[in-house]
Amino acid sequence: MGALSIRNVVKRFGETTILKRISLEVGDGEFVILVGPSGCGKSTLLNMIAGLDTTTEGEIAIGGRVVNDLPPKDRDIAMVFQSYALYPTMNVRENILFGLRIRKTKPRQMEAALARVAKTLQMEHLLERKPSQLSGGQRQRVAMGRALARDPALFLFDEPLSNLDAKLRVDMRTEIKLLHERVGKTIVYVTHDQIEAMTLGDRIVVMKEGEIRQVGTPQQVYGDPADLFVAGFIGSPSMNFVRCRVEVRDHRPGAVLRDETGEFFVPAPPDVAGLDAMAGADVILGLRPEQITDKDPYTGSNPHLVQRTTQIEMVQPTGPDTLVIIRLNDMPVTCRVHPDTEARAGHALDLVFDVSKLVFFDPGTEKRIR
Amino acid sequence: MVDHARAESAGPRSIGRAVVYGLLILVALYYLAPLFVMLATSVKSLDEIRSGSLVSLPARVSFDAWSKAWGSACTGADCSGLKGNFWNSVRFVLPAVVISSLIGAFNGYVLTLWRFRGSDALFTLLLVGCFIPFQVVLLPMAQTLGWLGLANTTTGLVFVHVVYGLAFTTLFFRNFYVSIPEEMVKAARIDGAGFFIIFWRIILPLSPPIIVVCFIWQFTQIWNDFLFGVVFSSGERQPITVALNNLVNTSTAVKEYNVDMAAAIIAAMPTLVLYVVAGKYFVRGLTAGSVKG
Repeated sequence: MGALSIRNVVKRFGETTILKRISLEVGDGEFVILVGPSGCGKSTLLNMIAGLDTTTEGEIAIGGRVVNDLPPKDRDIAMVFQSYALYPTMNVRENILFGLRIRKTKPRQMEAALARVAKTLQMEHLLERKPSQLSGGQRQRVAMGRALARDPALFLFDEPLSNLDAKLRVDMRTEIKLLHERVGKTIVYVTHDQIEAMTLGDRIVVMKEGEIRQVGTPQQVYGDPADLFVAGFIGSPSMNFVRCRVEVRDHRPGAVLRDETGEFFVPAPPDVAGLDAMAGADVILGLRPEQITDKDPYTGSNPHLVQRTTQIEMVQPTGPDTLVIIRLNDMPVTCRVHPDTEARAGHALDLVFDVSKLVFFDPGTEKRIR
Repeated sequence: MVDHARAESAGPRSIGRAVVYGLLILVALYYLAPLFVMLATSVKSLDEIRSGSLVSLPARVSFDAWSKAWGSACTGADCSGLKGNFWNSVRFVLPAVVISSLIGAFNGYVLTLWRFRGSDALFTLLLVGCFIPFQVVLLPMAQTLGWLGLANTTTGLVFVHVVYGLAFTTLFFRNFYVSIPEEMVKAARIDGAGFFIIFWRIILPLSPPIIVVCFIWQFTQIWNDFLFGVVFSSGERQPITVALNNLVNTSTAVKEYNVDMAAAIIAAMPTLVLYVVAGKYFVRGLTAGSVKG
């Protein structure tokens, strides 16, 4: 029995449909990420799971129990918010224990819960402070402590790291992941940040405009995206999209690319059967920046390489890699080369295309061609 | 050389500053002059008032006028001073202030954190209440008090001031609560707190700055009110503002300026004291409002 079942859930505000028949099963102890651009309905869905928002149609079950008509307090959930939502007039101890106190928990149990939470989050020394005396990261830890204190079946996180600065966000990301591994609770986590989604989730649910576009492990949504949106949304720098013509050469379909010196051909991976019948048609070719790199590391071991010497338009060093922008079919394309490679704008560079992971999309439906 | 330059540049600035301070002191004196005249007159004897100048210091300080204004000054046939009316005012001002502030806090809480369809429209309507002049509500209010059987009672006067004050107190609290993140209420709901517990345990403890503002504002308004007092109460139940007016306008043989002045100061004293004690919280509360979680 799953920790959370969402079955055919619809949310409408008057005429506008926010969520269009969402179904999702979350297993016990799973860390699931809802990710998508703002307005995709992910926060609404989370609020509906929490009971803070009503469900227009469909069913939500937590731990096998349908909770549609239960108020938030009876759903056995806890939630961590973006603004932390700590009670400013209470100190950390009172914040953590507020939920237990409202539920008339015995003092001894409350003390035990407090000790457990404070130990888990290493904040024994902060208990007497007011939220205003804490740093952003500490406030977020208290907010998590408040959620942990009641030991619920399901944790809901609503963009918990968005208010933190970049460096702290990375630290807290690690901390949340460690926390999940330690307590093993089911977590549903909403974010718009695909890096958070990739690094934290057991499974990622990519949403757009009230629909689930793809559900899968981080590797699946990254390496095997269902459609153009998922491919473009997941990954940073994002996947390159090049509109190109399909041709069949040596009995293999592939795409014709063109740089400033002329056309060249990249064969599709053998499993893309859908491309066979599309010779002459236009498709959108997707290739990740790391699939176009400099020659050195691949000295012939990979059979799926296409070599090409291409003019560099722009160079963006990031430290661990250097991003090189070239132009294919009049579209800017980002390539990821080694930082030591001599790359200068206006000069030519020997590049190799790893064509084993090329993906193709139908320009009309934006679906993957498989 | 350097010192010389500094002296030169400091010169015009200190002159400018002296002019500003001089002007401010002058204005302050002008502003305080009436208070001084009132205070001085209230401790002079009638003879001295008649013979001396208005602004001169009293030759001999006497508080006879004060005790007369408080306890034995005559309004018509009644010679019991202002003390009865003072306590009248206290008796209806305090409940009116507390009740209107509490309801205002509650309204503000609902209008910001439990929005419903039409809550913004309702708030706009309430705002209009701030701009309705007293005179407009006199007749309907008198009618209503009659129906309720509260005409010419202290309860009635409390009722009038609560109703009239609601628009202001709601505005205060609503604007204060607008800065509270809705997520705080959501968190409390998940923690298991209901509508009233959230108000009582989370929202009200956040509110002291605005409570002070609201109290001072309402106290000043209601204490100083004359029109409602004169219309909706009579005789022994009249508030001090009305009694002061009657006292000063009573035409007896001799006009006792010292008693009039003392009475006026007594009538103004509570609001003065309130500002002196809580004034800085008033300013702080007006500028506060951000509740960073």
